[in-house]
Amino acid sequence: MIDVESGGALLLIALMALVTLLTRLGGVLLMSFVPMGRRVEGFINAMAGSVLVAVLVPVAVKTDTAGQLALLATAGLMLLYRRPMPAIAAGILVAALARAV
Amino acid sequence: MSGHTAPELSLAAFRQGFWRLLPISLFVAVFGAAFGLAAVQAGLPGNEILLMSATVFAGTAQFAALEMWGAEVPVLPLLATTFAINARMLLMGATLYPWMSRLPPGRRYASLVILSDANWAMNLNDLQTGRNTLGALVGGGFALWLTWLAGTFAGMVFGSAIADPQALGVDMVMGCFMLSMVLAGRRNSRTVLAWFVGGIAAYGAYRWLPENSHVLVGALAGGLVGAIWVEDKA
Repeated sequence: MIDVESGGALLLIALMALVTLLTRLGGVLLMSFVPMGRRVEGFINAMAGSVLVAVLVPVAVKTDTAGQLALLATAGLMLLYRRPMPAIAAGILVAALARAV
Repeated sequence: MSGHTAPELSLAAFRQGFWRLLPISLFVAVFGAAFGLAAVQAGLPGNEILLMSATVFAGTAQFAALEMWGAEVPVLPLLATTFAINARMLLMGATLYPWMSRLPPGRRYASLVILSDANWAMNLNDLQTGRNTLGALVGGGFALWLTWLAGTFAGMVFGSAIADPQALGVDMVMGCFMLSMVLAGRRNSRTVLAWFVGGIAAYGAYRWLPENSHVLVGALAGGLVGAIWVEDKA
């Protein structure tokens, strides 16, 4: 336990910042000790998209129907045109409209 | 992977990345405002709220910290939660390694200081499609950091005067952005299988494993697909 009075809060924030910084630098740092081979390369390349998918899964499960429609709209436009900005804008618009009705 | 030259890290690349990520960053400001308001309500003084947004710069972890904030704060649980939520950035950083390794260590680690979800996703996409630059990571990261901080401040000052993000669909911005980045990347049967395996593993972890473990579990499961089903060298 740290008391937030008398500078304790500043210490807590500094520690949080340090832990977060370590996660930012740590991935590249750890990889510099791993010999690059075809399997390691295959692993990190496949992991790249999987990180995003793994972030998205709970978002898609937790959100309401309007949110799910938004994701569908974005996915559909991306598959058709491959242009992120219009696809994201359409998704947000769909969510806002579906919640307004 | 394009050639073996170090990715570009110039002022022009920085500027370009800044403008490319600014539209998304403006939405991030709305979450910053939500954080600023929630932090005021949790009883944090203004200078500490701004300091946290400026130095931690990780929304989910900051919201989680507010839940634990009180007159006394349990240090180890706070840091463990911070680590668990942000551990996904370890994996994100690792995916940049093939390009980062060509930079001298100083520039390599300095450009990672500002890594977060959106600028990482856009920059990885750039690198994979042959744009050998770190503009999105660094310039875009700066745009995200600036708007996160400005949003935090606006939330502290204007509080509940700020519109409900959910009614405007703003809560779906990050989700739609991430999804568009998944589908903008290179796609073949191996990557699609990795997404499915990763997605199912993430769902399982989300339902049945400890909180915040789903990204690690899903990403590592998807990565294994790529390690087992190795790309044929052209």
